Amino acid sequence: MGGYFSDILNGSKSLLIGMGITFREFFKPVVTVQYPYQTIKMSARFRGHIELIADEEGKPKCVVCGMCERACPSGCISLGSISVETEVDGKVKKKKVLSKYDLDFTKCSLCGQCVENCNFGAIEFSKEYNLASRNKEDFHFNLLKRLEERNV
Amino acid sequence: MSLTVLNVLVAVVIAIGFAALNAAYLVWAERRGAARIQRRPGPNINGPFGLLQPPLDGIKLMTKQIMIPGGADKILFMVAPVLAMAPAILSFVTIPFSDTIVAHNMDIGLLMIFAFASMGALAVLFAGWGSRNKYSVMASVRAVSQNVSYEIPMLITAITVVMITGSMDLKTITAAQTGGFWNWNIFPSLHSPLMPLSFILFFICSLAETNRAPFDLGEAESELVAGFHTEYGSMGFGLFFMGEYANIVIGASLTTILFLGGWDCPFGLFPGVWWFLLKIYLLIATFIWIRWTFPRTTIYGLLNLSWKILIPLSLFNLLLTAGLLKVF
Repeated sequence: MGGYFSDILNGSKSLLIGMGITFREFFKPVVTVQYPYQTIKMSARFRGHIELIADEEGKPKCVVCGMCERACPSGCISLGSISVETEVDGKVKKKKVLSKYDLDFTKCSLCGQCVENCNFGAIEFSKEYNLASRNKEDFHFNLLKRLEERNV
Repeated sequence: MSLTVLNVLVAVVIAIGFAALNAAYLVWAERRGAARIQRRPGPNINGPFGLLQPPLDGIKLMTKQIMIPGGADKILFMVAPVLAMAPAILSFVTIPFSDTIVAHNMDIGLLMIFAFASMGALAVLFAGWGSRNKYSVMASVRAVSQNVSYEIPMLITAITVVMITGSMDLKTITAAQTGGFWNWNIFPSLHSPLMPLSFILFFICSLAETNRAPFDLGEAESELVAGFHTEYGSMGFGLFFMGEYANIVIGASLTTILFLGGWDCPFGLFPGVWWFLLKIYLLIATFIWIRWTFPRTTIYGLLNLSWKILIPLSLFNLLLTAGLLKVF
């Protein structure tokens, strides 16, 4: 019989403690991020799709060596180049310039082999994560164009 | 004659309006309250503080099609949601909001409210049986056993109050408690020192009667999909939902009338309908607070609580009160 009443008392006490906790939580500030209206900064190691890095003049650092294209296990990178003649110290020099950097993000598994293999530090992971579309073509990125858009 | 008819019509319209408005905005209050306890903002997009959410939800529910599952008992299936809502609205008729605001005062108002409240169990039973869904049947069996076992301590506690005031007229019960909070039934009086306990018993029973967490075994979504209203969509579901919230208002009003002195002010200042509303909304806030604090009990825990604790305690209080009433 003693156990009966002490059970009731202890049970009621634990219920009141629980209610006290929720009462205190009620007045604490909201901790959730209101996503479309608020965003948080992505962490340094976040992997979005790759993006070209620009040099001081806003041109891509890429020298079109093609290491990223070859390293990619999914074959989602395709490069293109043109030769441009430039005059350096009175001599005419031919130089390869990047004319196309297409990324097929539908195949990319974000393994990072391309970034790992780039000897010139010309590509990096972007922090882009708002990617949603009904159209597959929206994930075929023209990185060169994106770089130009960023420069503007 | 025509004036009485008009009176009744106005009362009915006000009762339905009050019930519907409460049902709609208590959903909003519940969602906001739950969100605050879980440290989220809750519905805040539609209108200021999300206040347009309930009407928009209503529009969404009303534009949906009513689906009747194959093999369901059509009549029971359609009757059940109406039966969940109608008694709740009918109960508003006899609740005295203040000295003068009462649709129709009855000598046996308390009995009438309990009679209508017991119809709620029928609605759940019909819904579960009529849906031809095993989850619904299991849920309705649970809900009915729960309603039956919690109505006993609730009625015994109500009888204790009726014995003290000597009336089943809700207005008389409230009038007996006027003149300061020390006259309220909740405080231990000469008649029974156990009145605070009775108040808690009655409050627990009204929680269980409305099938709300932690006693929402009838719609335990972790086990039974959505319980007795699994097969309901559209306004059928909406009526069940509104019925639940209207029943909460009834439960809070009844608790206020029986134990907290109805429209009476604790310090004797401006007695009136506002004190009644303040009390019922405080009780409803506690309902919401409890729901978002405690997890769901098991069916055994639920029935044990009723048969082993609530019923013996309420019976003891009844006997004690009877004895003390006889002595003094």
